[in-house]
Amino acid sequence: MATNQTLAGRFTNLRARGAVIQAIREFFCGRGYLETETPFRIPAPAPEAHIDALPAGDWFLHTSPELCMKRLLAAGYGRIFQICRCWRDGERGSRHLPEFTMLEWYSAGSDYRGLMADCEALIRTIVGKIGRNATISYRGNEINLAGEWERLTVREAFARYGDVSIEEALAADRFDELMVQQIEPRLGLGRPTFIHDYPACCAALAKLKGDDPTVAERFELYMGGMELANAFTELTDADEQRRRFLYEEGYRRSAGRQPYPLPEKFLAELPAMPPSAGIALGVDRLLMVLLDAATIDEVVAFTPEEL
Amino acid sequence: MYSVADLRKGLKVTIDGYPYIVTAFDFAKPGKGQALYRTRLKNMVTGSTLDRTYRSGDTFEPANLDERTMQFLYKEGTDYHFMDNQTFEQIVVGEDALGDAKHYLIDNLKVEVLLYGEKAIGVTVPNFVNLRVVQTDPWIKGDTSGSDSKPATLETGYVLRVPPFIEEGELITIDTRTGEYSTRVKG
Repeated sequence: MATNQTLAGRFTNLRARGAVIQAIREFFCGRGYLETETPFRIPAPAPEAHIDALPAGDWFLHTSPELCMKRLLAAGYGRIFQICRCWRDGERGSRHLPEFTMLEWYSAGSDYRGLMADCEALIRTIVGKIGRNATISYRGNEINLAGEWERLTVREAFARYGDVSIEEALAADRFDELMVQQIEPRLGLGRPTFIHDYPACCAALAKLKGDDPTVAERFELYMGGMELANAFTELTDADEQRRRFLYEEGYRRSAGRQPYPLPEKFLAELPAMPPSAGIALGVDRLLMVLLDAATIDEVVAFTPEEL
Repeated sequence: MYSVADLRKGLKVTIDGYPYIVTAFDFAKPGKGQALYRTRLKNMVTGSTLDRTYRSGDTFEPANLDERTMQFLYKEGTDYHFMDNQTFEQIVVGEDALGDAKHYLIDNLKVEVLLYGEKAIGVTVPNFVNLRVVQTDPWIKGDTSGSDSKPATLETGYVLRVPPFIEEGELITIDTRTGEYSTRVKG
């Protein structure tokens, strides 16, 4: 008999994983959200410069259920959520698995500020349901969930933590590098941080801010220096969305990435989508924070290397 | 040519003309941003380390390293001469590149020489090597000082601690991984 000790050793974490997923379902069902399932295998992923879909036959495995969820919104499903597997080619690291679990929810009539409030309520509820205190410790950082969560614009974050301004970072094509090296490790340490109002160029599917079109109504949620969620007030202008997709797809092709067809059915139905907000939250990452796990490997039953 | 997808611990690449080994590696990706590949690299010649972040599309020259079995011939100043047992080609390795291996080099010892191009950058000796003790104080019977070891100088000039019963002229086995006395060679 050869017991898989690594797998047996994850029992506590996997039991918590089940409880967290159940708590998520109860939270959304209790608030009138419909749980939905959309196909994993799709013909046309959203063209995004730095996200690669895995080919599956002539189609692709989805990198997020986003486009199908928005088609549901456009068809009148006003409050929907989904917990599902997503695939992103080539993403493997201490916080990345090429196959991972995403929670997405969408709400007609809401905006990105509404989603920030949802995040606070959801994570506080989950922590209560699994019998944890309102202060959790992640990698030696105490994170207080009970008080007001920090709201910081991307510009403020660069001014506070970066060695160059956001303009200089963008001009030098160092935005992502500085985010990883200088900004991210400082976010969500004493309390969770919503970092919001991303440069317009970093948000292919988000609505631009009415009073400042240089930034998009997009935020990310950080806890303990780790990115947990990405959210937008959704772009509902189909012409603008097509232009952005063409721009992203042009970048993809010039960089030698796998070409995608445009998601024409999504673009055709987008004008019917009401003003909405949507968010994607990495369930594995949330578990890492709640369970104080150093790597994503510790919160899943199997990594690809273990199969 | 390697791409960022090949990066992993233990990969050997050439940077600025030096062979480097990847000693730590992680993948990072902010939000919808581009992937970053964070590495720590160790220079296999100088031992210095370097932190570098790479992006998709970056490429690396493999470090062409070759390991060959050679025989130690003789030492001349700080130069150590070795001979390839197959080609009979002779090479010289400087003391710096030898590290601790220099303590164990006796005539005709078979070693593994790590070559970067034509340059020898490391020598691996067998785990156990027999060396003769050329100097050590005699064991005084009835010594109750409680000391369970004494210094001894080996034929290579290496000084280490040995048990009190070891005498001058004896052959002892050294564990080259720790540099410590292992056992006395009987006979």
